[in-house]
Amino acid sequence: MSILVRALDNVGVKNSLLRIEDVSKAFVLSGRAVQALSHIDLDVERGEFVSIVGASGCGKSTLLRLILGLDTEYDGAIRLDGRRIERPGLDRSIVFQEHRLLPWLTVEANVGAALRQIKLNGAEKRARVSEQLQLVGLEAFAKAYPAQLSGGMAQRVAIARALVTNPKFLLLDEPLGALDALTRLRLQDELLRIVRDRAATAILVTHDVDEAVYLGDRIVIMNPHPGRIATVLPVPKAMSRDRSDPEFIRLRDEVLARLGVDRAALRDRTTEVLAGHARR
Amino acid sequence: MTSSVMGASGASTRAPVRSRFTPASLTPRLRPVIVPILGLALWEIAARTGLADPRFLPTLEAIAVRGVKEFSENGVTSDLAASLARDLLGFVAGASIGVALGLALGFSRLLERLLSPLLLAHRQIALFAWVPLISMWFGGGEAGKVVFIALAAFQPALTNTWQGVAGIPKIYRELSRVLTFSGWDFAVVIALPGALPGIFTGLHAALIYAWTATVGAELLLDIAPGIGGRMNEGQHLFHIDLLFLCVFLLGLLGVAFNLFAGALERRLMSWRHS
Repeated sequence: MSILVRALDNVGVKNSLLRIEDVSKAFVLSGRAVQALSHIDLDVERGEFVSIVGASGCGKSTLLRLILGLDTEYDGAIRLDGRRIERPGLDRSIVFQEHRLLPWLTVEANVGAALRQIKLNGAEKRARVSEQLQLVGLEAFAKAYPAQLSGGMAQRVAIARALVTNPKFLLLDEPLGALDALTRLRLQDELLRIVRDRAATAILVTHDVDEAVYLGDRIVIMNPHPGRIATVLPVPKAMSRDRSDPEFIRLRDEVLARLGVDRAALRDRTTEVLAGHARR
Repeated sequence: MTSSVMGASGASTRAPVRSRFTPASLTPRLRPVIVPILGLALWEIAARTGLADPRFLPTLEAIAVRGVKEFSENGVTSDLAASLARDLLGFVAGASIGVALGLALGFSRLLERLLSPLLLAHRQIALFAWVPLISMWFGGGEAGKVVFIALAAFQPALTNTWQGVAGIPKIYRELSRVLTFSGWDFAVVIALPGALPGIFTGLHAALIYAWTATVGAELLLDIAPGIGGRMNEGQHLFHIDLLFLCVFLLGLLGVAFNLFAGALERRLMSWRHS
């Protein structure tokens, strides 16, 4: 297998796990056709972490729905491991913005629910669930109900539920968007650790440019109306995951600039205004 | 609880100018029983002073005496048992059909399309309008009574179960697709527990409706052993104390049903309150 992969690499065929080829999708919203996605091309390699950023309405979440197989009416093709995605499958899993834990199930039962369609005996399932809860640091809360958890804890349970099936591909739809700033920073580190630990392949959709740069190997910038890919920026492998690293700041500002927020200009203007105040 | 009681008494000691008998100075625990006690006191005064004709408003004592006599000699216990048995039979039959049909309607879009107009129309028909029909179809005896009680329990059980399943958030349906749930998985992991609050509301209402219908059936259909039967007797023999006793017993049992259903609901849905 690995020899074949290397051979293919040599002739220029990438080891893509996910191939999105010329995907377009239109909705009809109150009688008007809305182009949600227009000619999206994107390959995600095995073990790669791709961040997608963009203003609301740029079709990020629609794209995730298509990859999940929740919606199969679109033009183009999305292939996972060479096979076209036709329906939801346990080879992909998702963490939504809201944790979507079932309030009537305990933490462990919520994680275990993802294993219902997997052929394992009870003991094996329990072992897998507790392994995941350990990974997200919540083994002590196995018997708790979602209502007893904080937002950050609930989201960690949702992450455990997404990982318990050992998916090939992890989809993260603004998973930390609803959390407070401190919890978000902490969970970003946790995500980074988990993803590296498992060499997971993932797509993260986020509003938070900092987060996109911090977690991503590549950053896909999408523009709205119609939703399309504007640019793909690689994150240098050598760049340290340090938010105060000048390289990190440069990359973040570049992403912001491409989203239409010119940080450098903003900074200059602020300095001018402040200087003006000082002069007076 | 204790702190609020302490707070209330503390406030009254700090403000000695105010009368001790303002409603605020009464402990909160006593408040709900004050009006009933006052009402009973007024009743007793009216009955004893002759303000009210004792043939229409007996003294509480007379009712109590009648109660003791009924329980010790006349076997009102067996009447209670007969009413309760009827009530329970009708409730179980009507509520289980209602819950089952409600679940089916919640799960199947097709079934919902086919049956919902009929069921919504059925809801508009007053329950007691079925009495003549039922007595013709099933007779005024035991069968007719149970059918009538079942019909009363059926409607709230159906409506609330149906709404309970239909009201399961879309995000959970999507989750079940993402987790590649089978229909059975969806039913046991999401739909049933998700609909449980609705089912409970329905069963709770069905319990009360069935009890109301039990008395209705006993009064409107053939006379048979039961609280309604005794009320008929009280009406015809002009035994006002018996009538009042029956009303009290009906109320007490209704309250008991409510307490029982509430306790069960809290116990089975502890996840909501945690």
